[in-house]
Amino acid sequence: MSETAAGALFTLSLAVALAAVHRPFGNYLYRVVAGTRHTRVERGVYRLVGVEPTAEQSWGVYARSLLAFSAVSVLFLYAFLRLQNHLWLSLGFGPVVAHGAWNTAVSFVTNTNWQWYPGESTMGHLVQMAGLAVQNFVSAAVGIAVAVVLVRGFARRRTGDLGNFWVDLTRITLRILLPMSVLAAIVLMIGGVVQNLSAGTDVSTLTGGGQTVTGGPVASQEAIKDLGTNGGGFYNANSAHPFENPTAWTNWLQIFLLLVIPFSLPRVFGRMVGQVRQGYAVAAVMAVLAIASVTLTNAFELAGNGTVPHAVGAALEGKEVRFGVPDSATFAAATTLTSTGSVNSSHDSYTALGGMMTMGNMMLGEVAPGGVGAGLYGMLVLAVVTVFVAGLMVGRTPEYVGKKIGSREIKLASLFFLVSPALALVGTASAFATGNDATALNVGPHALSEVLYAFTSASNNNGSAFAGLVAGTPWWNTALGVCMLLGRFLPIVFVLALAGSLARQQPTPASEGTLPTDRPLFVGMVVGVTVILVALTFLPALALGPLAEGL
Amino acid sequence: MRLPTWLAVHLAALRALLVLTVLLGLAYPLATVAVGRMPGLADNTGGSLVTVDGRAVGSTLIGQSFTDAGGNPVPRYFQSRPSAAGDGYDPTSTGASNLGPESVVDTIATEPAESRPSLLTRVCARSKAVGELDGVDGRRPYCTADGVGAVLAVFRRDGLTGPVTRVVSVNQVAPAVPFLASYQGVPVELARPGEDYVSAGGLVTPIRGDAPAEPAVPADAVTASASGLDPHISPAYAEIQVTRVARERDADPAAVRRLVREYTTGRVLGFMGSPGVNVLELNLALDERFPVR
Repeated sequence: MSETAAGALFTLSLAVALAAVHRPFGNYLYRVVAGTRHTRVERGVYRLVGVEPTAEQSWGVYARSLLAFSAVSVLFLYAFLRLQNHLWLSLGFGPVVAHGAWNTAVSFVTNTNWQWYPGESTMGHLVQMAGLAVQNFVSAAVGIAVAVVLVRGFARRRTGDLGNFWVDLTRITLRILLPMSVLAAIVLMIGGVVQNLSAGTDVSTLTGGGQTVTGGPVASQEAIKDLGTNGGGFYNANSAHPFENPTAWTNWLQIFLLLVIPFSLPRVFGRMVGQVRQGYAVAAVMAVLAIASVTLTNAFELAGNGTVPHAVGAALEGKEVRFGVPDSATFAAATTLTSTGSVNSSHDSYTALGGMMTMGNMMLGEVAPGGVGAGLYGMLVLAVVTVFVAGLMVGRTPEYVGKKIGSREIKLASLFFLVSPALALVGTASAFATGNDATALNVGPHALSEVLYAFTSASNNNGSAFAGLVAGTPWWNTALGVCMLLGRFLPIVFVLALAGSLARQQPTPASEGTLPTDRPLFVGMVVGVTVILVALTFLPALALGPLAEGL
Repeated sequence: MRLPTWLAVHLAALRALLVLTVLLGLAYPLATVAVGRMPGLADNTGGSLVTVDGRAVGSTLIGQSFTDAGGNPVPRYFQSRPSAAGDGYDPTSTGASNLGPESVVDTIATEPAESRPSLLTRVCARSKAVGELDGVDGRRPYCTADGVGAVLAVFRRDGLTGPVTRVVSVNQVAPAVPFLASYQGVPVELARPGEDYVSAGGLVTPIRGDAPAEPAVPADAVTASASGLDPHISPAYAEIQVTRVARERDADPAAVRRLVREYTTGRVLGFMGSPGVNVLELNLALDERFPVR
């Protein structure tokens, strides 16, 4: 079979698996977030935390609980990183430098998992599993919770009640993320992923050299890294490392894991608003964008344009033999279409246009299908913008699933959309203004790409990198930390506020003039609005970077 | 005493984080470690170590360098891909080169330690070295015969346009011979260390040359992997090494070729990934079947 045909089958098999799973799995997710029963373990957790699980929260109270939890998480993780040398299993590594600890604490709490450090020579096993991996779970749960609140805003009527943050957090973690991670970790161990507490085994190689075969609780962290669209690798090489991703089929499984929750959440939306077709429409928008992006990334990488790929005969620099070019490209597209940011190949060495695709995926706002939760709420905001644009054209008050999109709603939606482009572009400009672009490894347009990629990744909470950039300096760690923090929590507050204002409304029954939002026409309009918004925002920056390099 | 609301919510947050840390940060990974100790999984979770005479010599998942102390390839072994992990295949420093597709101009400093070859020159140098080691044609497009990137800095009278005034082969320094004698009638100069011809206004112009479109040295032999620990090489790269390895071991090339085929894995289910040869496993099998006397 040719490389291209095998790559096409690889993508197709993923699409088929996701199409088969998203309904039953989405139904399960729906039962978890909409149910009223509390298990005994959960009741125990609520007692220990000291919260009343039946108490409903307004959007403001929900937001304050979420922000308090995240603030405490940042401080806790910061302290953990600074004190790791005093703790068990530190492997002799010293405390993480202050600006680095700030960056990493923010990075993992915001579900970004941008890593300025090489894992195998910076982090002890305890800080990896009890510090970083815990945030992999809870930051993912926070994202899903926010999406659920927005959906409640559409589904509920004339109320301020939007659920309870502590209940959502606990349920999503214990009923969805934990059991699936256990399962995934076991399968990954069967594939060859390591899971031990060893500090490493020194071996003497065949030709008499020395090699330290590293250890670590990798499988347990790898599972939630993918499932929670986190992406922070245990090792520097992330999912390219044979101990994180040993075979071609674990590679398939990892891509599946990072797409499965985001693609199943639209089903939750459809069920909760009582119109499953609305959920299908949202999933269809995600699928159209994702398939287009995966296809283009594969096409650019397989075409292998550029001086070095031409000299080599393939775009194989920074790719592993066991994955090959197409499966690496599919992973790269999937990791940037979600907010994962783990990598199984070096995006920096991609062809100019292939690398641009990974950047473009993030610039889309990571909505196709996006990070766990973040993808759904991002897509619903885009749907709101789309009905507004369509409403302007025909001169009617826009509405979406029965809720009117008035001036307050559209203001919140616009603010939501503006945050990450503003952070990414202002950040990139300030790096050049202050001379901090000098830490880029490459020169010319590719250096601009490295800087632009870093800020796009941080502002959209992706976490992947054009890794040639040396980002471990005080300026970079501080600036990217600020972008990650604002890029995560400002949009979340806007979404919660939007949910609050939607939930207060009495739904308007659909009339003659209502734009049907569950038809292919609407799907096409949302795709169009998404692509046009991104093109208008980022085209000038892309023209100076990857387009200048690749055309 | 009732706590103020803002304090109460932060205390609840702290308690929630601690409870979840115990569950997700300790119970879950440690239970997974325990599951991983079960027979059948223990080998995998321990790092897939291979032992020879009771001594660990590596991991089947982690590639290694088959070079001597001086970094030269040991000819009786199949060679791994180039690696950007530390000094090569160092699991404590994993990663890729991260050089871009248009990294074609070397930094040639006056201090050799500060010089940095471009990705193109690395590719060309590797191709030439592999060609010489394995007795195949090491030429590649955009590469000079002496194994650097064939790249000119072309200076024109009006910047981007106008007649050519000066041409420098940016990756070649004395005592090399310029890979082209002249370009559009202008003689090609060698580069001088420490000079930046691109900033000076030279237009970067890679020259394709007359190398075959499909070089004899396969792509994976001239590129570094993403992890720097790639345990595999392509079947094509194994194939060009067969003659050398067989000669060094006084073995029948056909027998060595059969062994290579034994250690070649195809695509999983016929469509996942790409075919590869596990180099460590192959070399271990070689040592067993065709020991060097």
